[in-house]
Amino acid sequence: MSTPNENPGLLAKHGAIEKNVTLLLALSFVTVSIGGIVEIAPLFYLENTIEDVEGMRPYSPLELAGRNIYVREGCYVCHSQMIRPFRDEVERYGHYSLAAESQYDHPFQWGSKRTGPDLARVGGRYSNDWHVQHLIDPQSVVPESIMPSYAFLMEAQFDMEDPAAHLNANRLVGVPYTDEMLENAVFDLRGQADPDGDHDGILERYPNAVIGDFDGNPDRLSEMDALVAYLQMMGTLVDFSAYEPLENIR
Amino acid sequence: MHSDYQVLRTFADSWGLAYMFAVFVIVVCWTLRPGGKVLSNDAAQVPFREKEDITDV
Amino acid sequence: MRHGNTVIALAVATFLSILGIAFAADRAFEAHMWVLTGVLVITMLIMMGKTQVAPAGRLAAEVKPTGYKDDVIRWGVIAIVFWGVIGFLVGVVAAAQLAWPALNIEPWFNFGRVRPLHTSAVVFAFGGNALLATSFFIVQRTCRARLWGGELATFVFWGYQLFIVLAATGYLLGITEGREYAEPEWYVDLFLTVVWVAYLAVFVGTIVKRSEPHIYVANWFFLAFIITVAMLHVVNNLSLPVSLLGAKSYSLFAGVQDALTQWWYGHNAVGFFLTAGFLGMMYYFIPKQAERPVYSYRLSIIHFWSLIFLYIWAGPHHLHYTALPDWAQTLGMVFSIMLWMPSWGGMINGLMTLSGAWDKLRTDPILRMLVVSVAFYGMSTFEGPMMSIKTVNSLSHYTDWTIGHVHSGALGWVGMISFGAVYYLVPKLWQRDRLYSLQLVNYHFWLATLGIVVYAAVMWVSGIMQGLMWREYDAEGYLVYSFVESTAAMYPYYVMRVFGGLLYLAGGVIMAWNVFKTIRGDLRSEASMDGAAEPIPAE
Repeated sequence: MSTPNENPGLLAKHGAIEKNVTLLLALSFVTVSIGGIVEIAPLFYLENTIEDVEGMRPYSPLELAGRNIYVREGCYVCHSQMIRPFRDEVERYGHYSLAAESQYDHPFQWGSKRTGPDLARVGGRYSNDWHVQHLIDPQSVVPESIMPSYAFLMEAQFDMEDPAAHLNANRLVGVPYTDEMLENAVFDLRGQADPDGDHDGILERYPNAVIGDFDGNPDRLSEMDALVAYLQMMGTLVDFSAYEPLENIR
Repeated sequence: MHSDYQVLRTFADSWGLAYMFAVFVIVVCWTLRPGGKVLSNDAAQVPFREKEDITDV
Repeated sequence: MRHGNTVIALAVATFLSILGIAFAADRAFEAHMWVLTGVLVITMLIMMGKTQVAPAGRLAAEVKPTGYKDDVIRWGVIAIVFWGVIGFLVGVVAAAQLAWPALNIEPWFNFGRVRPLHTSAVVFAFGGNALLATSFFIVQRTCRARLWGGELATFVFWGYQLFIVLAATGYLLGITEGREYAEPEWYVDLFLTVVWVAYLAVFVGTIVKRSEPHIYVANWFFLAFIITVAMLHVVNNLSLPVSLLGAKSYSLFAGVQDALTQWWYGHNAVGFFLTAGFLGMMYYFIPKQAERPVYSYRLSIIHFWSLIFLYIWAGPHHLHYTALPDWAQTLGMVFSIMLWMPSWGGMINGLMTLSGAWDKLRTDPILRMLVVSVAFYGMSTFEGPMMSIKTVNSLSHYTDWTIGHVHSGALGWVGMISFGAVYYLVPKLWQRDRLYSLQLVNYHFWLATLGIVVYAAVMWVSGIMQGLMWREYDAEGYLVYSFVESTAAMYPYYVMRVFGGLLYLAGGVIMAWNVFKTIRGDLRSEASMDGAAEPIPAE
């Protein structure tokens, strides 16, 4: 705790704090800085903060675009992406979430409220058709749902003119995108949603990426394609059969 | 690194804790020191010394 | 022309924002720049016309100059009432959308965009204006000095309103960083930083040139609030824009570090924005309204240092049982529990200021509002540490219980003390003998109190029910409920919540009417509150 008393000389001049705005300001600032520094700073250098896991990779351009739509629509307001290590949550949603699984998430989307279910491992649980129908009219597939309709995503003109710039911005903040990924960004963005294209390059750059037409209209790349591509990969990257939690005791 | 963590943890549990507690005790004692009462009672009156009009100040 | 420089500055800003439209890198940024251009053009037209077109300006001309810079505070009080009603209304809409999803209007008014609008409107627009206006009022009175910096305070006020408009329209357009309570994008954040630095300069400058030797404790709390929010805002919003002419940016931090930075920010938005600053109000308005000095000034000093020291550690309790390392979670929990003590020290200090004057509660609805707000502060600051205990949190986290907790603090503490401050300030600032009607204050008090009680109780029940349903197992060891069954079970509670919100909103509308009539100079003829016909039971 920072206090006037760190400098004993001040004791003599009692009342100095009450009467000196600069001192008051400086001491307040020191006092409020300590907690943040002690808690946040170690996360960046203590190596056991993030586990070593197999399979994590940066988002493909289409997935990143979908994630940006997820952020834009405020999905995090109602859906968490953080499974806690409880029996009921693990049974309901799958293996509890690891720090490593969000290491490329700028920003994180763990959420704070479950008005809807957790989505950390929703990838692969439902078909593309289900997702599209659910986003267009949630009550048509889940009658009790209180989720709003997102039908406009089908019509929405795609707003990522320069995917390489987005990849590059992510690279600058620490996501390991390679030059090859940047060069092929436009190709990968289109190619992942094109069922007839050549996918070898994409799958090499982004292993386990889900390929195909997502929104039911192969001729056009819609925001629905991007969002569903993102949903379908969520929580699918880490192979938990090869994950040894004991090596990662925190 | 595990050892880093242990070192920090041990320090926080012992000296860190003792230091913060000491500082807290000093703050409380300092605030409640006998001479402070007059000052405090005076400061508490500040809201009642305000003026409706300070154009002549 | 009196506002020549302002008009020139606005014209330059308009030109720049038109360039923003022309060269926008994405459609969201283009739309946002259209909004900015519209706001700037309208402002410029108003400024170019008569210098005193706006009602507060006209009315301000009537009031006798006092040497204090009060015109900006008069605007501030109007802004508190205006944004308050808007924020409560958006809250009611958001609550109704959860009960009746057909009320979502895609894409702009879907819940995911409306909820940030609601939280920002109440926290930053309503609460923020309350902080701006009261801090400017209190610092001038307790320092017996005019605000430093001339029209810099005017820039702070109107700059802050522009920030609100840009933030709010941004959410509806889908421009967000996706960080709770810090959603505005990078360029809006940068602008707010400029405004905030100016705010700090005005506040500190005024203290420096004071004619009172002491810096009254209320100003300590305001000072800590301003400097800490500056730190939190800058660090939490560090992000890299994709293009300098585009809306989208990517946070500098990722995953677990990003999560802790965000909740270090998020919890201290509560701790410093919604608590420290409002404690400054408590330490001024309660003594003034009760006409007696604060119970223990020395307790307020201990309160100050321990509160600001402890609060900053509490953030990790928002991340219990997540992938955040255990040691950080434990630290967050321990400090949250310790935080109970200074919080209650402050509450006791506020309540005991009334000792020997409790009878005033019966006759003075404004004082009653202030005191009840402190009582709600006490309740929320007990509930908060309790919910930060990991075992309790394992049930309460992700449920409506958290929402109920936030609202008992926001509606009860922040809302009520702001209403009390507004009722105190309006007659003083417009130099009226009294408010238009104390009886209407009384109605407001009961509507608001009832609204809070309904809201908090309903969310408490629904939250605990949700938490229990999610973890319910049957004899064979299977989960009993699917997720959507818990959603369906919430329906009656969500309807009741709408009702609670409507009560609170109705109180806000009554306040707006009362303030409007008082500013106009009307007086409602009514029996005095200590008359024989006294229907209100004492607290």
